[in-house]
Amino acid sequence: MNAFSSSKASGKKLALFLLLTPFALHLFFLILLPHLEILNISLRERVSYGIYKFSLMNYEAFFTEPLYWRTFLRTAVMSILTTAITLIVAFPVAWYIAKVVRGRTKGLLFLACLIPFWVSELVRTYGWMILLRETGVISNLLQWAGLAVGPVEMLYNDATVMLGLVYTSMLFMVVPLVSTLDGMDDSLVEAAYDLGGNGWNALREVVIPYAMPGIVSGCIVVFMLSLGNYLTPILLGGKDSLWFTDQIFTQFITRFNWEQGAAFGVLLLILSSLIVWLGLKLSRQSFSETMGR
Amino acid sequence: MSVMITGLSTRGGIEVLKKVTTAVTLTAGLALSVSANAEELRLLTWGGYAPQEVIDQFEKETGIEVKVTLSNNEDMISKLRATRGAGFDLAQPSQDRVASAQQEFRIYKPMDMSKIDSKPYIQSMLKSTQSSTTVNGKAFGVPHVWGTSGIIANLPEGQDSYRYTDLCSSDYAGSVSYRLKRPTLIAFAFDLGEDPFAAYNDVEKYTQIMGKVEEKLIACKSNVKTYWSGSDNLLNLLRSGEVTLAMGWDAGGWKLGDEQENIRYVAPESGALGWIDTFVLPARGQNDEAAYKWINFVNQPEIAAKITASAGQFTASAEAAKFVDEKLSKKYQASFDQAALDNIKWYPPVPAGLEAIEGRVLDRIKAAQ
Repeated sequence: MNAFSSSKASGKKLALFLLLTPFALHLFFLILLPHLEILNISLRERVSYGIYKFSLMNYEAFFTEPLYWRTFLRTAVMSILTTAITLIVAFPVAWYIAKVVRGRTKGLLFLACLIPFWVSELVRTYGWMILLRETGVISNLLQWAGLAVGPVEMLYNDATVMLGLVYTSMLFMVVPLVSTLDGMDDSLVEAAYDLGGNGWNALREVVIPYAMPGIVSGCIVVFMLSLGNYLTPILLGGKDSLWFTDQIFTQFITRFNWEQGAAFGVLLLILSSLIVWLGLKLSRQSFSETMGR
Repeated sequence: MSVMITGLSTRGGIEVLKKVTTAVTLTAGLALSVSANAEELRLLTWGGYAPQEVIDQFEKETGIEVKVTLSNNEDMISKLRATRGAGFDLAQPSQDRVASAQQEFRIYKPMDMSKIDSKPYIQSMLKSTQSSTTVNGKAFGVPHVWGTSGIIANLPEGQDSYRYTDLCSSDYAGSVSYRLKRPTLIAFAFDLGEDPFAAYNDVEKYTQIMGKVEEKLIACKSNVKTYWSGSDNLLNLLRSGEVTLAMGWDAGGWKLGDEQENIRYVAPESGALGWIDTFVLPARGQNDEAAYKWINFVNQPEIAAKITASAGQFTASAEAAKFVDEKLSKKYQASFDQAALDNIKWYPPVPAGLEAIEGRVLDRIKAAQ
């Protein structure tokens, strides 16, 4: 009896071990190891051909050269703005899908949100470029309708970058919002009205608090995606498009300065984690709660 | 970065999307080196340098299969640096970028000149390339394709000569494009009366010259529509008429000239910038024999002419001119008279550390409002 139960326990242990191994290997080799290597590279300074020494120079450069931290700040602010706009645009959409429509239409609407993601980001961005460029569809349409006298250039500015980012991130806001709103009992909203509240009260006191975990998880995903985006800001932003990931790419690929690029990578990881942590603190949510739902 | 969405189900009416899982996967630098087939040549090159027709003919004659990866200068060095010279059997960086990359990262192996058939080459070009790619007394490169950077203009009644600083002229405000890369800095330096190549080994002087260029480029940044990033990108901007004056490669200008008559490539007054793309052997390439065969194969005049037709750029094969399409030769002659030819500024080897100076300048120009 005793022997039997102990062998059963060890069997369980073995199963757990076997199940965990691929995950642990993945975590170690594909996530931890590269990050440690990046950290290692970021902490050295080139002395001469192939000779390096330990140095914090690359981190110093980030804080002493205004260009770099300003670019980071700009990227962070624009990403936060993108997240806010995405939330404002996505919330009514999610509400409509979760609460207003029923049956088949619901599936179709969801599909409509998903379809743009069947093509790659590059194709989507080029699509926007065809629409917005000086000789593009919208510019020609405006001229044809007599609303504009000459060609209108709508590419290569911050507003266009924002537009592209919001478009790219929509789905990642809509999905968590729908899934939390779906679980909300309609009677809660009815109760709010019964107690004398108007639409605004119901939204503020009932719906938003209930949807908070969905909002926060959507915001985290959208923020991280925007911050780490490379294609959209570069292609739509033109000559003034400063984006932090572009700085990292430039250091690695065109300057051969892996040390500086690695330092920027580490800083991006730390600073973006810090911003997410701050956001969670401000919204009084915990990471495990929002992501676990 | 990949984002995976799991749990997409349309059960009954709907009960959709339970979870969004974000999986950020950083692919490790685990070079899973698959040992190359003996009869395979992995070529790291530029667009147009290895046309399918030539590849097919090579395979038919030698039985060696050619696998092409398209790239550019910085990307080639970065790729080979990441693998310490593995993954490719033959690469084609520009001659001025070979020596410093070799000194810094040791990603190439010396060329065995006895295996190169040197007869078909333009001898002066072969010699100069060998000397500019020499590290510790060993030559690492032989020339293949060469060309120039200059001005491409899409103007109905254009002038005959242009300067790089015309890109800053208010006549073309908002319809100018160039690359935010080192050739632009060099070009402007020449136009401002400096000789950046002579200052290559004088850090102080070079920094001062670049400072001057920086000032100029920041002052006229408002002129620029957008910085172009790739050849197709530039051709599109010029073709649509959104950009009328640009700094670009000769082949691009000639190609557009075929489509629209008023687009021309002009060698600027201060001289077009000349580059030569080479053949080099990556340090851990696995099929050197095939690499030498390919080098000798593409330098036969008929084959070289085919590459010229495909890339729009001329090669180091001396006799190839006879086989080159007449239309292209005409355009070449229209862009370069003897004086313009003599005035081409050929890039000398870039000493290490120079790119750091240029990098800071480029960063500041990019950030300027």
